[in-house]
Amino acid sequence: MEKLLEVEDLTKTFTLGSVLSRVKITAVDDISFYIKPAEIFALAGESGCGKTTTARIIMGFDHASAGTIIHGGKKEAKNEKVWFTEGIQAIFQDPFGTFNPLREVERYFFETIQNYKLAKSKQEAIARIDAKLRLVGLTYEDLAGKYPSEFSGGQLQRISIARALLTDPKLIIADEPVSMVDASLRMSIVNLFKKLRDELGVSVLYITHDLATAYYVCDRIAIMFRGDIVEMGTVEQVLMTPKHPYTQLLRASIPEADTSRRWQGEIKLSDTETDEYLRQGCRFAGRCPLVMDVCRTTTPPDVIVEGAHVSCHLYADYANS
Amino acid sequence: MEEIILKTEGLKAFYVLDVYGKQKTVKAVNDVDLAIRENEIYGIAGESGCGKTTLLKTLAAAMEPPLRIVDGRVCYHIAGADVDVSTLSQEEIRRLRLEYIAYVPQGSMSVLNPVARIKDTYRDFIESHISTQQRDEAFLLAKEHIVELGLPPKILDAYPHQLSGGMRQRVTIALATLLKPRIIIGDEPTTALDVVVQRGVVQLLKDVQRKLQNTIILVTHDMGVHANIADRIGIMYAGKIVEEGSTDKIFGDPEHPYTQYLINSLPKFGDKTPRESVPGSPPSLANLPPGCPFHPRCPHVKEICKQEMPGFTQVESNHKVACWLVGEGEHGKAA
Repeated sequence: MEKLLEVEDLTKTFTLGSVLSRVKITAVDDISFYIKPAEIFALAGESGCGKTTTARIIMGFDHASAGTIIHGGKKEAKNEKVWFTEGIQAIFQDPFGTFNPLREVERYFFETIQNYKLAKSKQEAIARIDAKLRLVGLTYEDLAGKYPSEFSGGQLQRISIARALLTDPKLIIADEPVSMVDASLRMSIVNLFKKLRDELGVSVLYITHDLATAYYVCDRIAIMFRGDIVEMGTVEQVLMTPKHPYTQLLRASIPEADTSRRWQGEIKLSDTETDEYLRQGCRFAGRCPLVMDVCRTTTPPDVIVEGAHVSCHLYADYANS
Repeated sequence: MEEIILKTEGLKAFYVLDVYGKQKTVKAVNDVDLAIRENEIYGIAGESGCGKTTLLKTLAAAMEPPLRIVDGRVCYHIAGADVDVSTLSQEEIRRLRLEYIAYVPQGSMSVLNPVARIKDTYRDFIESHISTQQRDEAFLLAKEHIVELGLPPKILDAYPHQLSGGMRQRVTIALATLLKPRIIIGDEPTTALDVVVQRGVVQLLKDVQRKLQNTIILVTHDMGVHANIADRIGIMYAGKIVEEGSTDKIFGDPEHPYTQYLINSLPKFGDKTPRESVPGSPPSLANLPPGCPFHPRCPHVKEICKQEMPGFTQVESNHKVACWLVGEGEHGKAA
C-alpha cells in the first residue's frame, strides 16, 4: 500500500515550571499513523489533546522529541524546509489572522510564486493564480487590489486554500479550517476538500473537533486524547460504532440538529488539564464510566477491534486473538 | 399561556457613524418584534454580522454611542407592569442588572479579572448589589451558590488562569445567576468550548433555568445547541427576524428558504448525502439590498422580493414567517 505521509512513534514533550519544580508534559505520546494518496484523514479531539502539536511537527514548525516523519519515501531532514513544504501546504484556523490586514491579499500569492519559482513572468503568475482561484470558486479579478477586510471569513478561508494549492501540493494540512467560519458557510469549505480529493487527488490532514463534519468529509479518522490516539479507523467504524469510552463520550456530546435526540443524563468534566496529562496508566481513567483497577496503573494496549485500532483495557482479550 | 416578560415593538437600533464627513448607518437591528415569555428558553440563530449581538445589547439596555435606538422600544415586565427601558435612569438600569437581567458573554477570560481570585470577583458583584454585606457573609453566599450549582468550592481560591476554559465559563454563569435574575442573556456562551465541555455548560444553563424558572435568551450560531436546549427559536437575517417558531417546527418544517438552508446544511451522522451551504455571502448591514434582504441569495426569488420586505405570515399559532413564498397575498405588515 502506498503511503503519502507516515508518522512513526512521534513524541513531543514540553517542560513546564522553573528549574526547581519541573513538570514534563507529554503533549504527543508515541503516536503512529499514515495518510494515503487522495484521502482525507481526520485527527480529532478536544483542545489540548495534541492534534495541533502533531500538525506543527509535520509542517516543520516544531521539532519532535522522538520519532520520525516519512514523506514521499524520504525522512524529514533538518533545515531543509523547502522541499518539504512544496509537497505539503497548510491552512490555518483563523482566516482573519492568516492575512495581514494592511496588505493586499494578492501579494501573498505572488510571494508564494516567488519563493518556489513557479512562474517566469507576471502573466504566467497571474494565469497560475487565476487557475487556482477558479478551483475554489473565485477569480483573480475578485481578488486584485483588495484587502482582507473586503472579504468574508468563508471567502478568506477559500483564498487560503487557493494559495496553498499554488505549489500543487500532494497534502494539505488543515488545522481547524472551519471552526471560525460561520455555520452557514462551513459546508462550502468542507465540500471544497471533497472536490480537491476527488478531482486533483490531493490528500488532506483534517484537524478538527467537529466530528459531524469529519464524518461527512473524511475517509479515516484518529481520535486523540491527551496526547494518545485512543481509536483509529474508518469514519464508519469509529463514529458509528465507537469502541473506546472516550470516543463514545465525545460522540454522545455532539449536539445533533434533531429535536428528538436531545442529550440525556449527566456527564463529568475534568477540572484541570495537567492532572490528566500526568496521570499514570490510561489518562481517561479519571472520567471513564467503565474504569477498572488496571486502568489506573497500566498503559492500555493497542488492539484491533473489528478493524479499528483501539487503545483500551476493555478490549484486552482481542490482543491475543 | 405564560406571561410575557420582555418584549420589543418595532425596534430599530442603528449604528450612526460619521466617516470622513459622510454619514453611514449600519442597520444592525431593523424592525424587530419579540415577545419572550416567562420560563422559556428562547434561541436566536443567524450568521455572524446579522445583528444578534446588537439585539442583545439593546435588550440588556447596554447601548453606547454610536449605537442608538432609532425607533420602537424595549419593555421589561417588572412587578406586573410594562416598563419602557428608555425611561429608566442609569442608576435604575444598574440596579436591574443581575437582579432582573443578567448577561453571560462569550469570552470568559475577558470577564474575570486575571489578577483577582474568583472569590474577590464574587465579592465585587455582591457588594455592588447588596449593601451592608460583611466580607465573610459575602464569601459564604458565594460558596453556597457555587455548591448549589455543583461546582467545586475550591475554585473560589483560584485565579482565572488556573481554571480550564469550561470551568471559567461555568464560573461566569454562576456569577450571572448569583442574584437569581428573571432573564439570563447568553451571547454565544458555548462557542469557544470543546464539545464535551459545551455539553457541560449547556447542562448547567438548563439546570439553572429549571431551578429558577426564569427565562434564557440564548444566541448561538450552532443549530445543534438550539435543537438541544431551546423551546422557541427566532431566525435572524440582516437585522430582522425572518422566522420564529417552536424548536420542533423550525427543525422539522422550516418555511423560510434561509432557514431551510441553515437546517439542511448541517451534517448528520449516518448520512453522507452532499450538503450545500447558503450560496453567496451575507449582506453588509450598512448597505442592505432593497426589498427582502435575502433575495440576492434566494433560489426562489420573485419580482416582488426585490421591491418590498414581506411582513409576517402566521403559518400556525406558534410559527410565523416573513417570506413572499409563504401564504401569498396574505401579508400584513409585521403581524
